[in-house]
Amino acid sequence: MTPGASTSCFHCGEPLPAGTPLVALVGSAPQHVCCHGCKAVAEFISGAGLDDYYRYRDSHATRAAENPRGDRWSAYDRPELVARLSRAERDGARSITVLLEGLRCSACGWLADRALRMQAGVLDVSVNPATARARVVWNPEVVRLGELLRVLERSGLRPHPLAGAAAGEVALQERRSALKRMAVAGFGMMQVMMFALPLYVADTSDMTADIRALLRLVSMLISVPVALYAGWPFYAGAWQAVRGRSMSMDVPVTIGIALAFVASVWNALQGSGEVYFDSVTMFVFFLSLGRYVEMIARHRAGSVADALARLAPITARRVRGEVTEDVSAAEIGIEDRLLVRTGEIFAADGLVLEGEGRVDESMLTGEATPIGKGPGATVHAGTHNLGAPLQVRVTAVADQTVLAGIVALLERAQAERPRLARAADRAAGWFLSRILTGAALVFAVWWYLDPSRAFSATLAVLVVTCPCALSLATPAAIAAATAALARRGVLIARADALETLAKATHVVWDKTGTLTRGLVRVEEARVLSTLPQAQCLRLALALERMSEHPIARALLACGTAEEPAEQVTVATGEGLEGWVDGRRVRIGNFAFATGLAGAELSSALAQYDTDGWVCLGDETGLLAAYRLSDQLRSEAQGVVAALSTLGLQSEIASGDDASAVARIAARSGVQHWQHRMRPQDKLRRLQQLQSGGAVVIAIGDGINDAPLLKGADVAVAMGRGSALAQSSADLILVRDALDELPATIEVARRTMRIVRQNLVWAGVYNLAALPLAALGLVPPWLAAIGMSLSSILVVLNALRLSRDGAVNDTPWQSVRTVEAT
Amino acid sequence: MGIVYMLIPLGLVLVGLALWAFFWAVGSGQFDDLDSPGWSVLTDDVPPADVPTAASHHEP
Repeated sequence: MTPGASTSCFHCGEPLPAGTPLVALVGSAPQHVCCHGCKAVAEFISGAGLDDYYRYRDSHATRAAENPRGDRWSAYDRPELVARLSRAERDGARSITVLLEGLRCSACGWLADRALRMQAGVLDVSVNPATARARVVWNPEVVRLGELLRVLERSGLRPHPLAGAAAGEVALQERRSALKRMAVAGFGMMQVMMFALPLYVADTSDMTADIRALLRLVSMLISVPVALYAGWPFYAGAWQAVRGRSMSMDVPVTIGIALAFVASVWNALQGSGEVYFDSVTMFVFFLSLGRYVEMIARHRAGSVADALARLAPITARRVRGEVTEDVSAAEIGIEDRLLVRTGEIFAADGLVLEGEGRVDESMLTGEATPIGKGPGATVHAGTHNLGAPLQVRVTAVADQTVLAGIVALLERAQAERPRLARAADRAAGWFLSRILTGAALVFAVWWYLDPSRAFSATLAVLVVTCPCALSLATPAAIAAATAALARRGVLIARADALETLAKATHVVWDKTGTLTRGLVRVEEARVLSTLPQAQCLRLALALERMSEHPIARALLACGTAEEPAEQVTVATGEGLEGWVDGRRVRIGNFAFATGLAGAELSSALAQYDTDGWVCLGDETGLLAAYRLSDQLRSEAQGVVAALSTLGLQSEIASGDDASAVARIAARSGVQHWQHRMRPQDKLRRLQQLQSGGAVVIAIGDGINDAPLLKGADVAVAMGRGSALAQSSADLILVRDALDELPATIEVARRTMRIVRQNLVWAGVYNLAALPLAALGLVPPWLAAIGMSLSSILVVLNALRLSRDGAVNDTPWQSVRTVEAT
Repeated sequence: MGIVYMLIPLGLVLVGLALWAFFWAVGSGQFDDLDSPGWSVLTDDVPPADVPTAASHHEP
């Protein structure tokens, strides 16, 4: 049985490489997969009887690592490390919290849960997809920790054991406490409404005074926890703002709640005047709801601390004299000698002492090609050694490393209040000072005219102008839009991203990983000799089998290597040489590959830009050339066109060379592009655009894009981008599909239209009611009804936005339907 | 109308009970993950972890 025609990997959804794809047997059905890593994971999942994962997942998995190294997990078997990472439980069992990279949906959580529970010695597992954490309780005498981590990795979920503060689920606690506060406000609101209604509709003949007093006292009783417990975060925020001598929306909210609540309590106890408990509770509930939606979005975007935990390794190999020992990252000191083997990640910054390695620094610099490192070169924590083993003298550890510095920068950038929020806060301050002066004026005038009515008129003014509808106008609309977008796989990590998005005029793309897939693939193979294509490929694969280089991985995806080459030697930065079928062959850059044939260079390639070509040569000359490049996303062209219809101009700012950028620009239809840009150049270009009045959206996926993302008005990160890029973004395209971007901009514009409608309504209502209240024509109870009604209207108007989430034609959903059948 | 003197406190007690139940549910983690349990009923049960055959069969 052959698999049905498909163009993407069954496991990870990446497009299949050219040539005959690999086939994995899932259940009884063969499925196409893109690489050996995905094949191994899919077959492991199926072999463990967990095929249901593929039926119930709602998005594809992350691409599995090629050759997962089972061996490194044995470091986690050391009792000292286990003791440091885990906690003792009853009966000698231990528990550990693990951050799971690639845990995206409930199906992944289920997969992790089942895979672990199948291991003897696992006593309990709880997986939380919302925080991407799993807590495992196991019996160390039956199964080793390393074994459990290995099982997780084989299921395609990369585990990162967490220790100390990182394991504490801050997000979970925050969520629980927000839920409790919201419940108190919600229950309270419903109860108070129930008691408020008879007070409004019944006249004195229907209801006796004692019942009236009872209803008011009971309303007060219910409102106390709502005002004091559920409203607490607003008071805390307001206090912080006042202490910092700044202004935030929390201040008028607090004053509004406090005034209405205190006046109501006073009147309820006095038994005269009006009470506004219904307005207070409803106000607190709607505001809490808005904050809750915002918080959920923020949590899903992930924290910087989690991102760091994924990047830095937790163990290292220390060399002391003749002895090499595994130590945890926390034990490493300055001047220690570390041995970093092929495929391992540096645990600290240092200087190379011995060895010639190739280091993948893409997570720091964005440069995809590994850089050769010899003695004296500096290496950084978090980067990946792809070449020969290196001995390193440690120069910086823990929070002194370059990586930690970047993380700290990002954390600070995240903590800074965004520009628009500050503008809104200033507006709130302006509004508040006007209200208070107005109320004081009204009180003074009435005191002069008729002291007995001064208090009720002033109260009416304050209640009427209570910025409830005004302060709900924006958050309600943004909360509804955020929730609707989250259902489509677009996370709004910062609330004001929508405001800016609606005004955006330019889009700056960092090419790799955004317009393209960010994976090197063989795009074109050209035979330059009489040898058949298959024979050339066989020679190339035999050589590349010996390498871990990304180029080798790309070529290996084209076919399967049968026998490896013999006597393979590596020329750092140039290529590989070896013997296959008694023939001496080289693969690598143009000069290296033609080197065997002497100086007579084949002119066949002279017409091409040799950048980006990998050449295969033997003693007779060039045999074949392969062009490797990043693949354009299938939806890129449509997205660029859609953006231009929306009036946004696209531009590419890439660090790559001109030919690669020009090709992608031409194919995606982007008119303006710049090449060979360093991060600071990108930022300068951005500022140049901004000084021309442009509002710029920047889209990136790597840590090197951090300056670009930070300088942009709206930063967009891709769902498969680096964790650090995501935590510095305003908006994340979780499903890694660009086509949600134009749709998001449309939703943002509609949101802003609704916000404007809301603001106009709230403003008109306040302006119309204020003079009437000041003249004493509005009794406070009418003011309270008006205020509640205007708030409800604002919320209902905002809820129109959440209808947009109900889309049934998104590609991922149709994929799921196909899989389920 | 005297009945309200009984009904209102009764209502308050019920609301208090409901809130207490909700707090208990939140505290015991019932709301930590709202997606997974919903469809876990669709999948087959796992063999209990203490049956060694299930595990040893799939050991690498």
